[in-house]
Amino acid sequence: MDDMLNTQGHVRLGSSAGQPLTRRDGILKVTGAAPYAADARPEGVLHAVTLAAGIARGRVARLNSAAAEAHPGVVKVYTPANTPALAVSPDEKIHPFVWRMEVLQDDRVRYAGQPIAMVVAETLEAATEAARLLAPDYEAEPHRVTLDDAEPFDTETTAFGRPANMTKGDLATARATSSRHVTTQVDTSAQYHNAMEPHAITAQWVGDRLEIDTPNQAIGLSKQTFSAFLGIAPEQILLRSPFIGGGFGSKAILYGAQLLTILAARDLERPVKLALRRDQVYGPTGHRAPTRQTLRIDMDDMGRITALDHDTITLTSSFDQFLESASNASHSLYAAPVLRTTHHGRRADVGTPGPMRAPGEAPGSAALEIAMDEAARAAGLDPLDFRLLNHADTDPASGMSFSSKALRECYAEAAGRFGWAGRPQEPRQMREGRLLKGWGMGTAQFPCPMFQAAAHATLRADGSAVVETSAADMGQGAWTALAQIAADGLGIDIDKVEFRSGHSDLPDAGVAGGSGHTATAGTALFNAGSDAVRQLADLATQDPASPLFGAGNAGVTARSGRLWRNDDDRSEAYEDILARAGLELIRGEGTGAREGEPTHAMFSHGAVFAEVLVDPDLGQVRVSRLIGAFAAGRIINPALARSQLLGGMIWGIGMALQEEALHDTRSGRFVNNDLAGYHVPVNADAPMVEAITVHEDDPFVNALGIKGVGEIGVTGTVGAIGNAVWHATGVRPGRFPIHPETLI
Amino acid sequence: MTSTLNITINGAPHEIALDDPRATLLDVLRERLGLTGTKKGCDRGQCGACTVLIDGRRMNACLALALSHDWAEVTTIEGLAEGDTLHPVQQAFIAHDGFQCGYCTPGQIMSAVGLIAEGEAGLDPERVREGMSGNICRCAAYAGITDAVLEATRASGTRTEDERTDA
Ligand code: FES
Ligand code: FES
Repeated sequence: MDDMLNTQGHVRLGSSAGQPLTRRDGILKVTGAAPYAADARPEGVLHAVTLAAGIARGRVARLNSAAAEAHPGVVKVYTPANTPALAVSPDEKIHPFVWRMEVLQDDRVRYAGQPIAMVVAETLEAATEAARLLAPDYEAEPHRVTLDDAEPFDTETTAFGRPANMTKGDLATARATSSRHVTTQVDTSAQYHNAMEPHAITAQWVGDRLEIDTPNQAIGLSKQTFSAFLGIAPEQILLRSPFIGGGFGSKAILYGAQLLTILAARDLERPVKLALRRDQVYGPTGHRAPTRQTLRIDMDDMGRITALDHDTITLTSSFDQFLESASNASHSLYAAPVLRTTHHGRRADVGTPGPMRAPGEAPGSAALEIAMDEAARAAGLDPLDFRLLNHADTDPASGMSFSSKALRECYAEAAGRFGWAGRPQEPRQMREGRLLKGWGMGTAQFPCPMFQAAAHATLRADGSAVVETSAADMGQGAWTALAQIAADGLGIDIDKVEFRSGHSDLPDAGVAGGSGHTATAGTALFNAGSDAVRQLADLATQDPASPLFGAGNAGVTARSGRLWRNDDDRSEAYEDILARAGLELIRGEGTGAREGEPTHAMFSHGAVFAEVLVDPDLGQVRVSRLIGAFAAGRIINPALARSQLLGGMIWGIGMALQEEALHDTRSGRFVNNDLAGYHVPVNADAPMVEAITVHEDDPFVNALGIKGVGEIGVTGTVGAIGNAVWHATGVRPGRFPIHPETLI
Repeated sequence: MTSTLNITINGAPHEIALDDPRATLLDVLRERLGLTGTKKGCDRGQCGACTVLIDGRRMNACLALALSHDWAEVTTIEGLAEGDTLHPVQQAFIAHDGFQCGYCTPGQIMSAVGLIAEGEAGLDPERVREGMSGNICRCAAYAGITDAVLEATRASGTRTEDERTDA
């Protein structure tokens, strides 16, 4: 199996991967039996409700705890006066992926929506009412909540410690010698993940062992974080997260109310459950920060880019730092011989932003694609021709070759399907009835990171197997796609694979984020299976009673639950090999990670084409068609990959036309922190969305050739819609979401 | 103050001593009866995750005070399948990948069952999309949802007719 893994650095997987299997958790999900954290009902469970701050900055001067405590059914009211201390201060950066959390350790208010108290009661109704009775008085201080009035600061780093600034080549000379340039400014808005499952936790202490049910995208890391703040050993913590009702980045980072619930369960010696209300998700659980981006594209007479300069101003909280690395979207997409990317931070009295589906890439791509269309127009070229002219054959930022890049094929596929040819160059040329019609496009790109994962694969005496890794399924289909990979690693039918996951006692599958989970955890599972098969092959090929005797470890292939000789057609079933060796099971172990320094630039790519209809009187925009073609390495399950890509593209519709969280600048509070005021796409907003996958073999990205599909759909799409709106109306959007009043 | 709530859930009559008149039908189902298949996404009637059928009509259980539905017949996601045989809408959701994380799914499916029974959308995809737009899916599995509803509508065509003449 080792040989198989190393053949040209690329393996043909077995029969399972590549099949559009339906979800293995499908029946659980359509019958309501799939357990989510708030569904847990341990014996004697208490209900917790937090109170959220109604000012953006200051301190809580008074809480009417007595009134809340007097309410029937209330067990305890937690305020900074009586909340147990954490083992380490919330200001401590125990690792880079912990944001400062509010755990009622002081009476400061740092943002609206911050928890300032928590009530625990016998029923949810009692806890809810008692939290209202707390009726806080505040000493408010002047606040800032928008990009415009926030406090600027210099920074060396952006999100995840990436360098804030980068320059390649001589910008001044390039500008001086270029024949034309365009400058474009695009603002993007604050957005909230709004996973359908609001953040929740059920915590109980069984002796000195803590059991928590909480949706979590990074089970291993979160266990470490909990253990540090609680001052207990990681082994004392069991975290269950079999199903996540949508995460999109918001459930990778811990938030204070989780710790509060755990502290209350310890203090009260009873299980405690907390589910944030929809409005309470706004503030403490991260969001996509607003950006103001300025791009300058310089070109020669032919329309070739000579320099690309991308600056981002973005917002973080007053007390922690996460800056959208939007300018980095310009690093590797178009062939810019001279490149500069910069970021500037500002601080405001808001919750700390965090990763939200395509963090940095989504707003960066939105602005870059608008700028590209402006540049194409200045060059007198069709937007697609302009992008083809400036196709990057090597990565402009690193100078490395791409590990694979079927972007030209994506352009051709999607453009053909869409019917792009013959598009009028000028805006306001097409109509459908009284509506203005426009076509636009954008390029999609997303990096292919890998994290660290471990897995076990155990072959059992009956030829079945159990594979284990603490992967997180938030809808991407880990229960299915990872099991498909595991089956192929073991050379058995997927129906014989029992997949155990979503549980912190299992080997850590790493973080489900960055579109790297399938690649990382999948590699670990595949390697674990290969390890088990190798041990099995050792047994058989050294056993004179086996038909495989003497074939040598590398002289056999695993397929359909049997080992087959490579030199003739003899084979033996796994169960027979195990039985003869007198073994109940064989356990393989594997890890998944990228080894060594990268030798190639690794990205998924795609092309998205949009058609919009705009009401000339009302400025209302509808996306009537959206077609994307994506090249993302090996597709493990085409049905699930399609769903991921469509989901990402529809997120693009939301970002382009709907999603915008607003603060009232006078009160510092949210204006629209609910699903009536914060609009996300509904079914009728996405009438015709199509995602095509383009075949791509990638021998470098990892041994299995897997890239990722979770986030790329958002990129390209936002710009494509914005460009289509220009084509319909002649108005170039300067801000997302596009407001109807700017189009009339 | 304890009140008595008589309510039939998935065909089984319940007499519930309800100690709190503030309880919504959603919270009674989830927290007191342990029927946690019905989900809470907003508690404000804005997302559809809590959709159940009350006397055959789709309703947001988070907006329904339990006590105001004395003697009602409620169907939840737990009551759709017959033993191991899934309801045709459930089957269609699996076949068309009409979900990802699954959190909105019970509400989507109950809404689809209600929509098909209403018989207003028929096989017109645009009307199906409109009719399902009270149910938000943040994973945006809308294409699969629409296809699943259309297929289930087709499969239940005759039955829907019968039900309407019965009514
Ligand atoms: S939970 Fe009832 S509509 Fe959202
Ligand atoms: S499947 Fe995740 S919200 Fe619909």
